[in-house]
Amino acid sequence: MKAVEVRELVKDYGNFRAINGISFEVNEGEVFGLIGPNGAGKTTALRVIATLLQITSGSVTVFGYELPKEAGEVRKIISYLPEEAGAYKNLTGREYLNFIAKFFGEGEKFQDIVQRGLKISNLGERINDKVDTYSKGMTRRLLVGRALMVNPRLAILDEPTSGLDVLNAQEVRRIINSSVEAGVAVLLSSHNMLEVELLCHRIALINDGIIVASGTAAELKKEYDARNIEEVFVKAIK
Amino acid sequence: MIGNIIKKEFKELFVLSTLIPIVVVAIVYGSVGQMIGNVGETIKEKPVIGIVDMDSGDFSDIAMSVLTEKAEVIYNGNDAGEGLGEVREENGVALLVIPESFSQNIYTNHPGEIEIYWIMKGAGMMDSVSSGAVEGLIQSVNQEISGKLIQQDSSLDPALVLAPTTRIDTTFFKGKEIEGLSPSQLGNMLISQSIVIPIVVMMLIILAGASVISSMGLEKENKTLETLLTLPVRRSNIVIGKMVGSALVGMIMAAIYMIGFSRYMTSFQSSDINLADFGLALGMPDYLLVGISLFVALLAGLSLCIVLGTFAKNYRSAQALIFPITALALFSAFIVMFKDFDTIPVVLKVLVFAIPFSHPMMAIRALMLDNYSLVIGGIAYAAVFTAIMIAVAVRIFNSDRLLTGSVRRRVARGKPAWGFRR
Repeated sequence: MKAVEVRELVKDYGNFRAINGISFEVNEGEVFGLIGPNGAGKTTALRVIATLLQITSGSVTVFGYELPKEAGEVRKIISYLPEEAGAYKNLTGREYLNFIAKFFGEGEKFQDIVQRGLKISNLGERINDKVDTYSKGMTRRLLVGRALMVNPRLAILDEPTSGLDVLNAQEVRRIINSSVEAGVAVLLSSHNMLEVELLCHRIALINDGIIVASGTAAELKKEYDARNIEEVFVKAIK
Repeated sequence: MIGNIIKKEFKELFVLSTLIPIVVVAIVYGSVGQMIGNVGETIKEKPVIGIVDMDSGDFSDIAMSVLTEKAEVIYNGNDAGEGLGEVREENGVALLVIPESFSQNIYTNHPGEIEIYWIMKGAGMMDSVSSGAVEGLIQSVNQEISGKLIQQDSSLDPALVLAPTTRIDTTFFKGKEIEGLSPSQLGNMLISQSIVIPIVVMMLIILAGASVISSMGLEKENKTLETLLTLPVRRSNIVIGKMVGSALVGMIMAAIYMIGFSRYMTSFQSSDINLADFGLALGMPDYLLVGISLFVALLAGLSLCIVLGTFAKNYRSAQALIFPITALALFSAFIVMFKDFDTIPVVLKVLVFAIPFSHPMMAIRALMLDNYSLVIGGIAYAAVFTAIMIAVAVRIFNSDRLLTGSVRRRVARGKPAWGFRR
């Protein structure tokens, strides 16, 4: 079964068309990257799949559940990490993980989820401090922990390493990779071409609401006779 | 340089969304002032009364001349029943009955009794203005009789000369006949229902409402809303959870506020009057109705707040959105404090009834006077209002609006509008 199937997806905001008929699939246990410049339509596509935005036309299914009809079922098996996500500032890191975990299980299952969150976020003793006192990197690690601790079948990650320093970004990429090894399908967006090449099994290049090219990094580089994905992108949108 | 900063600040703060509520509220208050009328004018107007003089003695003649000069007398006869009917029909304030032995009593060192039958229309602070004018007339009658007694140089008791008459009050108020109390005494007795209850409800609505609107603003400012909306929880549960959480916070804050305020207000209350003696005490079912009315009104207020909260872009804009709730709560509280629901114009009645928080403010007073239909009708209305607002909130939570905000209609194709990221 496909983790995600997007067919001819169109999304309008009033008279403005943000996504103009894109189609792609994400397989189970795969990292699929949507890459493109700011304003290309990446976040809109992820928000539609994460059940946050309505579909103007086309279809989206997540593990066979159709949106928007079965949005409730989709929310049980996905986890979404927005680019500019935050956590409740008056809670401690541990309280925040507890709050989220309660939506996904009770008793032993709840404890397992929280333990996984603590392990992924790896904040040590600081987990007992208020989120308000965290650095940007610590908050992002907490949020990545929150997103992946629930063992989602599909993790939707919008710019997962956005704004992080090299070490924190590397740590987040390591966490994502280990989740994929555990069977999680990942759909991520990024405008960091290097990161996408390192993380993703397949890539779709999106510009102005349209997918201009897709395939593995190697396939795309060969097709566009480019040394890296950045070069592929530049050639693809010309 | 400073001009540049002032210009920027002004443009940022003086926006249509903050201006509209203030303009609307100013217009509403202006209209309300017009509708209620001017207290000064009411005081200047001659009170409408009826007089039954069964004495026709020296002192009743003095009383009659003062009363006919300073009041608009619509009945002057010998039948108290007929007089009372006339006063009621003509929307008068009171019927004054001077009994047969009035003058004789004064001459024999006994105060002359004046029976006053009050027609009380409402228990608001402004409703007692007319009865206050009649009390002033009685004072004038006393002064005139005192003057006459002093001129006569009689050997009467000086205490009697200074206070030659006494009153026997009977107040007719919404079907109840309350003996021994004038409207002003009754109004003083009902001060906690007239002032304390509206203020408690107003504070509760404002504080709980502020919590829920701020919570929506904070969700957006702290970027936690998107995560919340992708969790496996029904939108209606998010809406109700936010409402109940805010209601608890609001109730705690209002309780703290009211401890101080109620202590302050008790200093104005008469402690020697027992409501039960006048058939005005509430029973357990009445208190239950008051509780339900308050609970449903709170839910109605919060459901309205959560709809308003969806328009908040951040914490600061949330603060501006609290203003309409504050204005509505203040409006209800002031109307209930100053006027009785039955004595306000129809347009105002509709407006007061339409604001769900008005109902618990009016509930205790209405139940004291057995006006169950107003209380139960108010509860039903507030429940329907809440259900509609929750449905609207859930609909907004299910739409794009919560994340994208409003999108300008006339947007050139291919150019992004403000308010969302592509």
